[in-house]
Amino acid sequence: MTTRVVVDPVTRIEGHLRIEAMLDDRNVIHDAISSGTMWRGLEVILQGRDPRDAWAFAERICGVCTTVHALASVRSVENALGIQVPPNADIIRNIMFLTQMVQDHVIHFYHLHALDWVDVVSALKADPAATAALAQKVSPSWPYASTGYFRDIAGTLKKFADSGQLGIFQNAYWGHPAYKLPAEANLMAVAHYLEALKWQKEIVKIHTIFGGKNPHPNYIVGGMASAISMQGDNAINMERLNYVRGLIQDATNIVENLYIPDLLAVASFYPEWTQIGGGLGSYMVYGDIPQNGIGDPSRFRFPRGVVLHKNLSEVLPLDLADSGQITEEVAHSWYEYPEGKKALHPWDGVTQARYNGPKPPYKQLDENGGYSWLKSPRWKGNAVEVGPLARMLVGYASGNTEFKDVVGEALGALKLPATALFSTLGRTAARGLETRLAVRWLMQEYEHLITNLKAGDSATADTSRWDPSTWPAEAKGFGFTEAPRGALGHWLHIKDQKIANYQIVVPSTWNASPKDGQGQRGAYEAALLDTPMADPKRPVEILRTIHSFDPCLACASHVLGPDGRKLSEVIIR
Amino acid sequence: MENPPLRPSTYQVLEQHGVDRRSFIKFCTAMAAALGLDATMVPQIVEALENKPRIPVIWLHGLECTCCSESFIRSSHPIAQDIILNMISLDYDDTLQAAAGFQVEDIRKRIMKEYPGEYLLAVEGNAPTKDGGVYCTVGGETFLSILEETAEKAKAIIAWGSCASNGCVQAAKPNPTGAKPIHALLPHKTIINVPGCPPIAEVMTGVLTYILTFGQLPELDRIGRPKMFYGQRLHDKCYRRPFFDAGQFVEAWDDEGARKGWCLYKMGCRGPSTYNSCSTFKWNNGVSWPIGSGHGCIGCAENNFWDNGPFYQRLSGIPVPGIDSTPDEVGATLAGAAVIGVGAHFVSSVVRRFGQKPAQPTPDSGDKGRGDV
Ligand code: SF4
Repeated sequence: MTTRVVVDPVTRIEGHLRIEAMLDDRNVIHDAISSGTMWRGLEVILQGRDPRDAWAFAERICGVCTTVHALASVRSVENALGIQVPPNADIIRNIMFLTQMVQDHVIHFYHLHALDWVDVVSALKADPAATAALAQKVSPSWPYASTGYFRDIAGTLKKFADSGQLGIFQNAYWGHPAYKLPAEANLMAVAHYLEALKWQKEIVKIHTIFGGKNPHPNYIVGGMASAISMQGDNAINMERLNYVRGLIQDATNIVENLYIPDLLAVASFYPEWTQIGGGLGSYMVYGDIPQNGIGDPSRFRFPRGVVLHKNLSEVLPLDLADSGQITEEVAHSWYEYPEGKKALHPWDGVTQARYNGPKPPYKQLDENGGYSWLKSPRWKGNAVEVGPLARMLVGYASGNTEFKDVVGEALGALKLPATALFSTLGRTAARGLETRLAVRWLMQEYEHLITNLKAGDSATADTSRWDPSTWPAEAKGFGFTEAPRGALGHWLHIKDQKIANYQIVVPSTWNASPKDGQGQRGAYEAALLDTPMADPKRPVEILRTIHSFDPCLACASHVLGPDGRKLSEVIIR
Repeated sequence: MENPPLRPSTYQVLEQHGVDRRSFIKFCTAMAAALGLDATMVPQIVEALENKPRIPVIWLHGLECTCCSESFIRSSHPIAQDIILNMISLDYDDTLQAAAGFQVEDIRKRIMKEYPGEYLLAVEGNAPTKDGGVYCTVGGETFLSILEETAEKAKAIIAWGSCASNGCVQAAKPNPTGAKPIHALLPHKTIINVPGCPPIAEVMTGVLTYILTFGQLPELDRIGRPKMFYGQRLHDKCYRRPFFDAGQFVEAWDDEGARKGWCLYKMGCRGPSTYNSCSTFKWNNGVSWPIGSGHGCIGCAENNFWDNGPFYQRLSGIPVPGIDSTPDEVGATLAGAAVIGVGAHFVSSVVRRFGQKPAQPTPDSGDKGRGDV
């Protein structure tokens, strides 16, 4: 007999996601569907607009991974118009990119993912002195680890619990047999949940300095709007740069002395999760953090490439402009393609929304019909996973020593083989490991900026093609980045100085996609297979694996509209 | 004697946390300062926080990008931890909630049942209305129906951000999903609009703590925004304004004017038509703001701002020193006594251009939305 477990809403994510998992009589998942239940139509809205404005619209696709769509957007316009931004603009963008990655990953670990592993109620039983001893052992360099500190936190927690108003912590899965941490580790994690919450508002000030605000800092086509003037007090100057430097130092402290030690400590209690949730085993990375302009992928800090079927001895090359490589399908999506078309490259993409799901309110979706507002992107027909694990594996398989070192160190500390990475825990660990690289690179990019300034180069924008009258009548371009959640691409078509078509293929669409026409599952669906559940009514196991991807559904669900076509058609069954 | 409160007050909780009375008063003073209140209001805040139980809050998410939640947790005074643990009872918020699936929907239903007329509804994002609302569902139900159901017994409703307040990006032309702001969906409710994409963190927490402290909504302007945070035009408090008046403009990105911090009007700045607190509070605890970092304002707190573009085209209808008059004339004007007249003229031009009144007090606006919470 099959039990169907429905998790909707999946919480502690961005946007609206629904999971339906089918369990066999041993409560092991044998099939699963992932459904994006929102759609905003941003690509339709972008049509006919000034391409220089597109970044602001695109940025609003997501406020959690703010900046990444803005970056991909300005790059797509620059690619179409043949604009090369000055080196300082690339560096400032790299700094903003890395800032986003560090902040986003730390928030994900503590505020979105930790409660899958940490039992808040068990923390109430912790002994403050024993917690202090544990914390000092886990991270000798983190300053807040006294008995008094933990007694205060325990007191806060107890009084909060005694108030009877448990807020966001109520009705959860506390006491579930899948929770394995001792009480002291739980208390330590709760304390650090609060520390990280305080800190996350600091690092984003780097965005505020260069982009004016966070969330949603400003970008411009051609470079960055924040001019540099070392002789003035009204632009980026020494005071602003020192501010940035200090924030990077603080971030390094948080990552090295809080996040990574906590991650390794928590991971050591869950070795079984290195055997669960591996999923597709194929990974794709567009690459990013240019050292010689965005046109030279050979000099990216995150190398580009594809690893198929867990084969780490080969990294396959990838081309975003090749119409045979990246395509999207709609076999189980609430969209329709023109007759005879099964898969389309984003430049040729046409989509027509066509809802044929059940009429709300509904109890379950039909896995044989359309069941998601997400399309199914594929690389040369392969379902692939994107994100931190993909980046770490492609870096590792490329033989890059920076990647090999951090991966090797972590595996050594946990006494695990490299194959342990193909799992839910591997995905969660990879996110932490790349955050280590990211803070390191942040300081290197900062130093790089200072070096340029010392050499007399303070240019931040190329405005030679700002004026639309300098543009060709028609141009096509693509822009990409490695968002915290993975490979992100924007494809754009400019005609008569306006956007003729704009298409976005988002990391969470790769990962959360429904089955394609060949029946290949998306990464979430594949990763849920074979997961044993202790209690189908309390889906901690499902949340662990889904959260290990850090879903972002506002990003994932979108549509592109062809000129003049009917935008949507709804058939309610 | 009055019945004791069913739930502990904010002060009781703080006290249980080991916060002494002196720190508590200090906290109340800091909050008064954050709200821009003078010191005589401190006792009122103390009183309110001492005696009021934590108010249950249901925070719904519709079509959105979640930037409002992200902004909210960036608040510096008070910090998010204080709000979540000490000031409100954030009972439902799918972005931060530990539980998932039916357990979390049960919470929402329980709060509605147990606290009718007592809970605060905060709405982030908006609802698609086309095609029966299928473009946003939660737990198999349309967001539209969830919103209507939850709003019915709410004590007060806050519309966070431009999505909830004015529709924002998904409602920009051609609005494929028929997305509508909350006030258009709940016509008989008083809604406090806190626009911005996102709103400034301290504006969000300022609005919330004002409601908790005074037990009523702040004074709203005619489009439902709290006057205390949306009564100022950016252009009137912009530190680059002297350059505007002197006719000194950034003409191209990274030019000499950009490096000297001149006025961004010619780069499309929407400061002359935008009402928000950016030029006073700035962003992320006062570190900078869009204009301060060299990009014009895009007007993200104004109705329809996405369709008032393109963003880099300068606003028309504003007499600009150096363009519509010579710098000498501007200089003469500035030297004379007519400075205020010039300001007023700018305002009225903008009003003509946008068909929108500046948020000056109007006879009826003051009382709109006032009511005990
Ligand atoms: S136009 Fe913009 S930059 Fe210039 S003074 Fe006004 S608000 Fe400031």
